[in-house]
Amino acid sequence: MAKREYSFYPGCSSQKGASSSNYLVSVQTMCEELDIQLNEIPDWNCCAASIGYAGGGELPRLALSARNIALSEEHNPGQDIVATCAACWLATRETQERLQHDEGLLAEANTALAEAGLKLRADAPIKHMAEVLIQDIGYEEIGSKVKKPLEGIKIAGYVGCQTNRPFGIAGESYENPKYLDKLVETLGADSIPTYEKKVQCCGGALAFSEPEKSQEMIKGIIEAAYDHGADMIVTPCPVCQMNVEVYQDQINATHGTKFKMPVVYYSTLMSVAYGRSAADAALNGQVIPAKKLEEIAAK
Amino acid sequence: MSDMNTAMIEKYRNSFLSEVEANVEEGEWVKMCMQCGVCAGSCPLGNAWEHTPQKIFMMIRAGKRDEVLTSDSMWMCTSCYNCIVRCPRELPITHIMHGLAHYAKRLGIAPKEQPTAKFAQLFWDNLMKKGRVNELKLGVDLYFKVGEGMKTAMKNKDIGLAMWKAKRLNPMEFFGGHSIKDVSGLHKIIAKAQELEEARIAKHGG
Repeated sequence: MAKREYSFYPGCSSQKGASSSNYLVSVQTMCEELDIQLNEIPDWNCCAASIGYAGGGELPRLALSARNIALSEEHNPGQDIVATCAACWLATRETQERLQHDEGLLAEANTALAEAGLKLRADAPIKHMAEVLIQDIGYEEIGSKVKKPLEGIKIAGYVGCQTNRPFGIAGESYENPKYLDKLVETLGADSIPTYEKKVQCCGGALAFSEPEKSQEMIKGIIEAAYDHGADMIVTPCPVCQMNVEVYQDQINATHGTKFKMPVVYYSTLMSVAYGRSAADAALNGQVIPAKKLEEIAAK
Repeated sequence: MSDMNTAMIEKYRNSFLSEVEANVEEGEWVKMCMQCGVCAGSCPLGNAWEHTPQKIFMMIRAGKRDEVLTSDSMWMCTSCYNCIVRCPRELPITHIMHGLAHYAKRLGIAPKEQPTAKFAQLFWDNLMKKGRVNELKLGVDLYFKVGEGMKTAMKNKDIGLAMWKAKRLNPMEFFGGHSIKDVSGLHKIIAKAQELEEARIAKHGG
């Protein structure tokens, strides 16, 4: 039996052929190495992220996450819910807290859920995978599994917004969270504690609807990483990863820059440091290849 | 102007603040704003807002109903939550902005061609079909319903190609794609939630 078990909410973008399917592959590898068992919530649905508010009012949006929590309570009782996507985690935890603090809304959510034979208590802890790593497992155990230290790689820890605000990781500040830097060091790479864009917004969903404004912000995030001599950027968020990675050619065309900065997930770094293959670390899912990681994985 | 908009104007003739408190998500917090301006200074797209959150809060109290609800300001929110964690009085500013945007949309007076308003609606419609987002269809809708059609599609074709090569975009999603099993159950849940919410708002408007 696995050492730790969680009720897992993977989220839409992690599905096969979707934009962060590489994230899920590397998370699965990382969890194998850390002896974590992820029990997927059966038939989970989209959380509406933070852009569903135009079409969905408060209660319909809360009902989406309420359904996921209810399914988790029914099928994975007693297990903490864990999400890998920042928006999934935020929406689920926000729902949980709002329903806990408002009996009227909880009653209404349950009336809605009853239409599909579901019922909700809203009492299980809801965690981001970063919380699982840092709070439940800890740096010491994370470090003890390292087989191939990521020596000589300089990595900018880009925490972004929604993994950090409004909930964040216990004991970390909103303005200068340090856990990604500590994780980078734990894996044997060099961190950049003074990376000033670590909590700068990438535009989120507005990268789609307001591309110019968002790319302006993304440019700053990449530029600062270059200024610090970073070889790559690491992030815990699927939207951050995609936004900062895939628009670099467009930014280069607009601004005359020559960006080619790999952007990877913490789980990719960990899979490589734990001695797993490039495929297990999902390095083939990079739009901008992380060559230094490929080299270590091939050793 | 929708009937609901007319009804709300009639009911709250002298107090837009009361209207917001009763009908906008987390609207009861608006009066707590002390006008310090930290939210305005913290917003990553602050320079793109016609009225910053700080101004919007004061405009609500000053009864500037049309100026607030027809503004495209709230639609500039990237949901970064900077304003929430920095507000000295802990107003849930992000949620209030989403709530105002949604309320304006519900009343039929949100700016029609606002790209984020359009994209946000497409996102909701997309996820509602099968309970999970179909990224390919969302992308196509983005180019053709929010962007400039083929021009936008061509501009982004290299990104699509790169994502496809990295197995992070699947053209076959166009013919179906991921779905939950109990779609009808989900639809029933959401229909009931909408019904309960509409009943609550109708009570306020009546």
